[in-house]
Amino acid sequence: MYGDKAGREKIFPFDIVPRIVRWQEWTHVARGLEQRIRALNAFVADVYGEGRILKAGIVPEDLVRSSRGFRPRLVGVRPPRDVWCHVSGIDLVRHGDGALYVLEDNIRTPSGVSYVLENREIMKKVLPELFERANVQPVANYPNLLLETLTQLSDRRDPTVVVLTPGMYNSAYFEHSYLAQKMGIELVEGSDLVVDGDEVKMRTTRGLRRVDVIYRRIDDDFLDPKAFREDSLLGVAGLIDVFEKGNVALANAPGTGVADDKAVYPYVPKMIRFYLGETPVLPNVPTLVCWDDKERAEVLANLDKLVVKAANESGGYGMLVGPHATPDEREAFAKRIEENPRNYIAQPTLALSRVPTRVGGTFEGRHVDLRPYVLHGREIKVVPGGLTRVALRKGSLVVNSSQGGGSKDTWVLGPEGA
Amino acid sequence: MLSRVASQVHWLNRYIERAENVARFIDVNLNLMLEMDAAHQQWMPLVATAGDEAAFAARYKEPSKANVIRFLTFDASNPNSILSCLRMARENARSVREIISSEMWTQVNVSYLAVEEAVAKGNVLDDPRDFFARVKMDSHLFGGIMDATMSHGEAWHFGRLGRLLERADKTARILDVKYYVLLPSLEDVGSPFDDLQWQAVLKSASALEMYRKERRRRITPRDVADFLILSRDFPRSIRSSLATAEESLHRITGTPGHAFRNAAEKRLGRLRSEFDYLEIEDVFAVGLHEFLQRVLSEIRYVGDGIHESFFAPRAIPAATRREAPQ
Repeated sequence: MYGDKAGREKIFPFDIVPRIVRWQEWTHVARGLEQRIRALNAFVADVYGEGRILKAGIVPEDLVRSSRGFRPRLVGVRPPRDVWCHVSGIDLVRHGDGALYVLEDNIRTPSGVSYVLENREIMKKVLPELFERANVQPVANYPNLLLETLTQLSDRRDPTVVVLTPGMYNSAYFEHSYLAQKMGIELVEGSDLVVDGDEVKMRTTRGLRRVDVIYRRIDDDFLDPKAFREDSLLGVAGLIDVFEKGNVALANAPGTGVADDKAVYPYVPKMIRFYLGETPVLPNVPTLVCWDDKERAEVLANLDKLVVKAANESGGYGMLVGPHATPDEREAFAKRIEENPRNYIAQPTLALSRVPTRVGGTFEGRHVDLRPYVLHGREIKVVPGGLTRVALRKGSLVVNSSQGGGSKDTWVLGPEGA
Repeated sequence: MLSRVASQVHWLNRYIERAENVARFIDVNLNLMLEMDAAHQQWMPLVATAGDEAAFAARYKEPSKANVIRFLTFDASNPNSILSCLRMARENARSVREIISSEMWTQVNVSYLAVEEAVAKGNVLDDPRDFFARVKMDSHLFGGIMDATMSHGEAWHFGRLGRLLERADKTARILDVKYYVLLPSLEDVGSPFDDLQWQAVLKSASALEMYRKERRRRITPRDVADFLILSRDFPRSIRSSLATAEESLHRITGTPGHAFRNAAEKRLGRLRSEFDYLEIEDVFAVGLHEFLQRVLSEIRYVGDGIHESFFAPRAIPAATRREAPQ
């Protein structure tokens, strides 16, 4: 939902045909996601801790330090239980070979889960009979799991947990409000919070009240004008000081953007081997990093075949789909890559799988991806299903809502015969 | 509850009540002017009553009927116009949608869009009575929906407190409009013509029928003022509005009646109790206009008290706190 000037909301189109994932495949996916989140979390903890993986030369230290998501002042900080990535959304795509690949790790403030819950509600209303027979794994428990994950971040009895939103003009405001309501906790804006001594407090009609856990849906940059961007009006001055003292928990912890960087993504399989000593369950999409001279040359020579993405953008902005671009567009993009190679990666144009989608009065195939959500509190939990995004324009490979995408309900079917 | 949320529910109600009462202002004047010839028509008093003369003078040359109605109804640059009030109400409602009922949101949205549409069509002046009746009815609908669909908890009481304070303020102003409307000549005082005007004032506060039931007398300035200021039972009288506002305030804090724990309770309690020991002769002794002006300033003072007590809790200033060891 995107607010415009007159305050009207735009609609995120919903397709009535559910996307089906079988149990056997789902258990495989869930195992892979759990493994990936364990490794990514270990990586973030390591980057702000001992830096073992950097010293071992497995992930280049320069690459990490030059990441826009890297927060030098957090080096040495240890959040509760060493968990940094509490809520993650991992984008998966199915390639022409039939296998599911990880396309992106969203571990800053991923959005979309409200659509998973709402789409399910719509489907239950529209197709109740089909639903009854299909043994679809439920997703409605997500707000409870999220609240449990957040509550576990505080050692205080009956901690006060809040959702921090940039406000109603933010494109994901509906989701912030929706989750706060479903969890039965306060939805606060930066101006509702104040640092009072060593604690964060919220302004209530009965005075200031201590806040223990903040599920923040504001980017690191805007979280605390004292610590990060000075011009931020959305954040809370002094919040990071309190976080560092351990008097407030932030989910996700600040600084996770370093593992959300698309130029760091190619190293995730190596992280899995390094930290867990395991073989990655879910493969990465082969990726060229423009930061590397050899790989950049390869990218520039093959711009007509590749998809190039900015390392620190999301929402489908700042990308080039080579085969669909004009020579002029490719030339302009080549210039941007050469000016700032650190900021670009390239991947082959994937033959994204298509699923039946209602178009006009009939059904046609449209390209999709899948974003399951992973919660990391005391343990890691994967919500069965996720947000299936569909590129509604014929032939389009871009599924982002800001670029003409829609969504579908995702049905993970229970074990056969159950 | 969050101060911001309480304040938004409070102001949502105030803005809706304000829009309703601006409609009433205009309505009273349409009534008063109906029997006057064009040379004696007076529309500036409406702007004066709202306290917006400077803003009006900056944008309009003539205080003509059309200009004044435009300014008070759909001038987006006037923050107190009906259009602006409903827009602000909608903005407030939008940011507390998880607190209010969805029926309330729908009602606010529908009322705003209706006014916006009327403005776009540009035909408000063709049939102003209809338009203002609609604005009033939408406000009543909102109040009814809020009472029937929202739990009567803290947020609801903040809302009702806002609505009733605004109503007390605006009833005072409606009564004051009459003061500003100079009579054509001195002989008209107490004439049938004057009676008609006082009747119009009552009508604009939706008070004519209730007045007749309670008083069963002819309409006199004294009795109209008595009714609109001091009636215990009429829900738009200043006294009744203040008493209900105080009830909500005490439900919010849990402070027993006739006691206070904060500035808002102290100020509202004092003002309301003054009304308990007031007779209309006392009002006329100081002058109706002077009395109403003082009441308006007291109501503003109560509003400030609510803001200080609930909406702007302050952190303990860093200077007065012992420095934490580094």
